[in-house]
Amino acid sequence: MIINVNELEKKYGKSEALSDISFTLEGPKIYGLLGRNGSGKTTFMDLLAGHTLPTSGSVKVDGLETFDNRKVTENICLIKEANNFHKDLKIKQVLRAYELFYPRWDNKLALALIKDYHLNLNARIKSLSKGMVSALGVICGLCSKAPITIYDEPYIGLDAAARKMFYDTLIEEYEKEKRMIIFSTHLIDEVSLLFEEVLILQEGELLLQQNADELRKGSCVVTGEKEQVETFIADKDVIKKEELAGMMNAYIYGSKREAEAAGLRTESIPIQELMIYLTEKEGA
Amino acid sequence: MKLDESKPIYLQVKQYIENLIINESLKANERVPSTNEFAKFYQINPATAAKGVNELVDEGIIYKRRGVGMFVAEHARDYLLKERKEDFYERYILPLKKEAEKLGMTEEELINLMKR
Repeated sequence: MIINVNELEKKYGKSEALSDISFTLEGPKIYGLLGRNGSGKTTFMDLLAGHTLPTSGSVKVDGLETFDNRKVTENICLIKEANNFHKDLKIKQVLRAYELFYPRWDNKLALALIKDYHLNLNARIKSLSKGMVSALGVICGLCSKAPITIYDEPYIGLDAAARKMFYDTLIEEYEKEKRMIIFSTHLIDEVSLLFEEVLILQEGELLLQQNADELRKGSCVVTGEKEQVETFIADKDVIKKEELAGMMNAYIYGSKREAEAAGLRTESIPIQELMIYLTEKEGA
Repeated sequence: MKLDESKPIYLQVKQYIENLIINESLKANERVPSTNEFAKFYQINPATAAKGVNELVDEGIIYKRRGVGMFVAEHARDYLLKERKEDFYERYILPLKKEAEKLGMTEEELINLMKR
C-alpha cells in the first residue's frame, strides 16, 4: 500500500496542527512516527485513518481519499492510547465488532492472545484495568491484519513483561505476513529497534524522514578541545553544541570516521536523544 | 551480545555473526541463524536483520542455499581474521598510543606494559 500525503493542512479554529506537509509512506514497512507533544502526530493519524477531514490538501491510500470511505478504512486499523472501545461492551463483543469491520481479522490469533494476556471474554470494558484495556488494544491491532496498522502510544498501561510479549508477537506476525505498521510514541528507546524508517514531526511540519540505521550511521557526537572541534564542524551540519572547561561536544550530521581521522573522539547518538536535540534546535 | 541502540543495528548483527565465525562457534559449512531467528531473539525489525546478513552474503562470508538457509563459507574465518588484523592498528594501537601520549608515557614504558 502507498500513502501519499500532499500539502496536508489541518487547523483547529485558528491553531494549526499540521501545516502543509507532504511525504510518501510505502509498505510493507515498520515506521516510527516521532515528535514531541503537540507536534501533530495524532492529528495526522486521525486524518490517515479517515476519522477527520483535512482543512486543505489530501492524504490518499493507493490513490483514494480516506475520509468516510469504507473501501479504504477496512484496510486501516488505528489503535489509540485510550477510548478505543465502548465502555459497556464485553470483550467478546469488541472482538466481534472488529471481526465484522476488518475482512482479514484473525479470530484464532485473537482468542490465543486473549488467553496469553489473561483477559476474560465476558468482562466488560468498564471493569478492566488500564493495562487490560491496553492489552486488548494491542490485540485488536495485531489481529485486524489491516495492511496499515497504526499504534498511537498503545502500551502506556502495559507492564514490561506484557510489552515484551507484544513485541514478540508483533515480530512473529510481521514475519508471517508483512504489512505497514506505524508506531507513534515518545517512549522511543524501547521500540526503536523495530523501526525500519523514522519520521519526525515538529510543530506540524515534517522535520525528517529517514531509514533508522542510516540515521544512526549519519550522525554522531564529536568531542575534543573547543578550537579543534570548532575547526572540524565549520563545514558540518551541527545539531547542538555544548561546552565545558575548554572542551566541546558537537552533535553533527557526519561520519564518525572523518572525525576520528581528525583526532577527535566520537560517540553514537540514540534516536531518542537525536529527536530531542533536533526538535530543540528547530524550536529555538 | 546486547545491542547498542545508538549504533546501526544491521552492522551489529553482521559483526555478531563475524564474531561467531572468528571464535569458531560457527564453523565452515555450518548453518547461520536465519533472519527471522535474529529478529525474534533481539526483537529487531526483520528487514534490518536481513540487511546485516545480506552484506555477509555479498562479501562471500556466508552463502545461501535456497530453501535451506545460510551457511558459513569455506574460507570465511581466514578472510575475517585477515580483515580484523588489518584493522587492528587503527582500532586498538592508535587509540592506545594517543592515550599514552596524553599521559606522557615513553615508548619503553608502553612496550614493558605489553610484555606484562
